[in-house]
Amino acid sequence: MSLDKTTVTAIAHLARIEVPEDELDHLASELSGILDFVEQLAEVDTDGVEPMTSVAAMVLPRRADAVTDGGYPDKILANAPEADEGFFLVPKVVE
Amino acid sequence: MAYVIEGETGDWEIVIGLEVHAQVISKAKLFSGAATEFGAEPNTQVSFVDAGFPGMLPVINEVCVEQAVRTGLGLKAAINERSVFARKNYFYADLPNGYQISQYEQPIVGNGEIVLDMPDGSSRTVGIERLHLEQDAGKSLHDQHATKSFIDLNRAGVALMEIVSKPDLRTPEEAGAYLRKLRSILRYLGSCDGNMEEGSMRCDVNVSVRPVGEAELRTRAEVKNVNSMRFVMQAIEYEARRQIEVYETGGSVVQETRLFDSGKGETRSMRSKEHAHDYRYFPDPDLLPLVLDPAWVEAIKASLPELPDDKKERFVRDWGLTPYDAGVLVAERATADFFETVATGRDAKLAANWVTGDFFAAMNRMGRGIDNPPVSAADLGGLIDLISDNTISGRIAKELFELMIETGKPPAVLVEEKGLRQVTDTGAIDAAIAAVLEKNPDKVAEYKSGKDKLFGFFVGQVMKATQGKANPALVNDILKSRLG
Repeated sequence: MSLDKTTVTAIAHLARIEVPEDELDHLASELSGILDFVEQLAEVDTDGVEPMTSVAAMVLPRRADAVTDGGYPDKILANAPEADEGFFLVPKVVE
Repeated sequence: MAYVIEGETGDWEIVIGLEVHAQVISKAKLFSGAATEFGAEPNTQVSFVDAGFPGMLPVINEVCVEQAVRTGLGLKAAINERSVFARKNYFYADLPNGYQISQYEQPIVGNGEIVLDMPDGSSRTVGIERLHLEQDAGKSLHDQHATKSFIDLNRAGVALMEIVSKPDLRTPEEAGAYLRKLRSILRYLGSCDGNMEEGSMRCDVNVSVRPVGEAELRTRAEVKNVNSMRFVMQAIEYEARRQIEVYETGGSVVQETRLFDSGKGETRSMRSKEHAHDYRYFPDPDLLPLVLDPAWVEAIKASLPELPDDKKERFVRDWGLTPYDAGVLVAERATADFFETVATGRDAKLAANWVTGDFFAAMNRMGRGIDNPPVSAADLGGLIDLISDNTISGRIAKELFELMIETGKPPAVLVEEKGLRQVTDTGAIDAAIAAVLEKNPDKVAEYKSGKDKLFGFFVGQVMKATQGKANPALVNDILKSRLG
């Protein structure tokens, strides 16, 4: 499978990664290589095989509905580049 | 009844589907132990899981799962014994993980239905496509600062049920009826409080139009941020007319997200969302599939309360109410209970008239709720007893009802205190009538020469003479025989 430059640009945008124009060709061929590698799995006949979602033979653990966490806004905000009155402050995102 | 919009080129019909986000009633969040209470100080109900700190793992809250199943059963829907959580990837400042944990191809609840009660008494069934569990995002405040947005993550991670209807709705009124009914069912089930003002029930509206007679669905627009029933109806009306104009001027409708501006009553394009539809869903590797034990689902089913539709049917059947009155009374469980307390052992039709009439009017006028009623169900029942055993007339009953609200005293006590007992003594009424006729010989002559409508005048005079306490039926009878 080969990716074109437009697709790479779109993927970069979705991941919020800035990619200079002159790196697009290189990235496109690298990403295509990864896809080709994974594509080999398609050669295996999986008809009638249940999709495997986990190697752990267990069921989804559940928690009781009880308040056991939270109440530490200082810790939550500790790494925020900017905070005020208990809020995170970010560049304005409204349109 | 077909609802069409007349355009320049012909008649158009509207096709509407609703996506409702209903906040699950639970103490803790969907995947963390942080609290869900509304209105707390910013970021005080946030765990490291909710804030997307590295290495934190989600663990599902069993009550949230139970609430989703309960709601699915209440919507007569298929419960999927196996469902899968998926990551919906997008960037936004109030979504710390960069993805929302949701359900995509395998939701917890499949096809169901809702029966709409239309204002004309008819009903209509609308399909439910699916219900899935997902996390809410945090809250952004944009009006606190010139160049910054404020982010509060208290709501981030709270459990939501996204309930998606089939595109079965055709009019703004049906959309309103759908939301009212859904809200009623959720409140009966206790799975969501249905409070649209606090945002615990939010609605996105999918609208498309097509010429009457066309079978294919046309491109739809998704209108977001419609947070009241009235706005939903307004947004549909506006958006349908906009799309018709686009088609009729030779354009085509583009699939997009639009924002409803409640101030202007308009929808407008959200340009920032143009590229946002590539969510790259994939199964969340942090969570195993959710598998439900059929016996557990059956136990939840057995514990469901009587729901509005069944209650309505029973009210029509057992209490002899009209479908309309029954529909009004069952919308809120507490109102239905109030009515049943009033009606038990009494004339149910009379009880329904009092509850939906004077009682509702007093509640609205005083801004009171059914949990804090202006008169108790027992006292309203007592008032109806006094009407039924002819102690008071219907007219006096209205006066008595107001006195009950003012004083809080039971009706029987007020009747004695204020001397409201109606006069059923034919002798006394006869005497009052005789006096009135004697005082108005000219009117009697006019009446006898054919001026029939003077009868009302005589009744009024007699009632006035007896301070309204004469039994109106007796007054009519005796007057007729006297004048006849």
